[in-house]
Amino acid sequence: MDTPANSRRGFVNLLLGSGFGALMVSVLYPVVRYIIPPESGEPSTANVTLPWKPSEIRVNTGRIFKFGTQPGILVKTPAGELRAFSAVCTHLNCTVQYREEKQDIWCACHNGIYDLNGKNVSGPPPRPLEPYRASVKGDQIVVSKGA
Amino acid sequence: MLPPRLAQTLTAWLDERINLEEIREFVRHKVVPVHHHTVWYYFGGMTLFLFAIQVCTGILLLLYYRPSAEEAYESVQFIVTKVQFGWLIRSIHSWSANLMIATLMIHLFSVYFTRAYRKPRELTWVTGMLLFGIALFFGFSGYLLPWNTLAYFATKVGTDVAGQLPIVGHELTRILRGGEDVTGATLSRFYGIHVAILPLLMTGILGLHLFLVQKQGMSAPMELEQSGRPSRTMPFFPNFLLRDLVGWLTALAVLAGLAAYFPWELGTKADPFAPAPAGIRPEWYFMFMFQTLKYLPAKIGPIDGELIGVMGFNLGGLFLLLVPFLDGRTARGQRSPLFSWIGVGIVTYIVVLSVLGYVAPGGK
Repeated sequence: MDTPANSRRGFVNLLLGSGFGALMVSVLYPVVRYIIPPESGEPSTANVTLPWKPSEIRVNTGRIFKFGTQPGILVKTPAGELRAFSAVCTHLNCTVQYREEKQDIWCACHNGIYDLNGKNVSGPPPRPLEPYRASVKGDQIVVSKGA
Repeated sequence: MLPPRLAQTLTAWLDERINLEEIREFVRHKVVPVHHHTVWYYFGGMTLFLFAIQVCTGILLLLYYRPSAEEAYESVQFIVTKVQFGWLIRSIHSWSANLMIATLMIHLFSVYFTRAYRKPRELTWVTGMLLFGIALFFGFSGYLLPWNTLAYFATKVGTDVAGQLPIVGHELTRILRGGEDVTGATLSRFYGIHVAILPLLMTGILGLHLFLVQKQGMSAPMELEQSGRPSRTMPFFPNFLLRDLVGWLTALAVLAGLAAYFPWELGTKADPFAPAPAGIRPEWYFMFMFQTLKYLPAKIGPIDGELIGVMGFNLGGLFLLLVPFLDGRTARGQRSPLFSWIGVGIVTYIVVLSVLGYVAPGGK
């Protein structure tokens, strides 16, 4: 029944309802934004100088180094060549390691295997490891993005 | 105990104000059906008891624990080596968490197979499934708090799994981690989730769950209900409650034995710049998912294998959540063998994959 009283009540309810809705939005919006973490202010790393001398690295070994906030892996192949990759497994983010006896790069979490070019050859990883460029400058090893 | 005179005066005082007769009446009339599945009723109570232990030991751990990447591991080390009975409190908290998930799973599947989720108890089932989800999240968030190597990588994997979800995945991972990576920010977040958000949710939904159980009473098996025979019952107070207490004491004895003879290990401190060690694994109740992700190939057709796995688990969870509304035959009071077989399939899958997780060769 649409009597004047009813429609007046309806109008007030609408006003109250939308006012309450607006209040909820104005409370929840900052909360949601607060929960989402801000972008990290750190500049993305382009290159790092490793804390080891080239002569220290034995053939057929691998070491983890800090590449900005991410781990990287430096491998000296059985042929004596230095190679560097991101050490973050492309499957689910674990940190990979070098296996001397099998001469490959291995992720212990889900048994993912990469060859010495960083290519995913077995197990669940969907993509190769991100390659870095490792170069020897005098007595230092410098690793930079892009290979 | 209070002296009888004082107790009487106190009861009379309360009675005048809040009418205790209603509660007395409820307790007098509350009965529990007796049949050959009655034993399953005890697992819900045991889960509740273990949760109470979690609350108490959790509060005690709060007195010494420090939630930061620099201090978390050391503070737990301090608890288990320096604080008197600290090793016991921490060990009970860890073991009780695991036993609670175990009794919760038994409770869940016993309700599933006896079809106790059917009308009018659909909401009890749904709130129960929500509690199960909260319990798993409790386990996942608590696992990281000691900041040890095993937990660090389990959390990396677990939060990255959330990132596999289409569209919202990446943002969800960032929200869970408090940034791009698992860092001290993640620890702060998990701490807040573990000691504030989840307890709040748990208390509310658990209250609703228990209210529904009291309101509707225990479900009796369908055959018994349909046979028309008057079913045997026992009074809740004191007969069933005393039996319940036996269940609680059993749980406490098992817990004390485990905590004292197999103190929970702390492991080594997490190092974000060390490779994931061999033998990395999550808690046993996530093992079947972990093992599935190991077996899935990188690509299934054009889609990433892990995405298929993650979506599969989500659908499985959704199926269980909504089963009272999907199982039409049970709702009409008919037998529904299909849902029994689905249940058997789910249990078999979880058991087989979990066992494989512990015995299958790991790679190295």
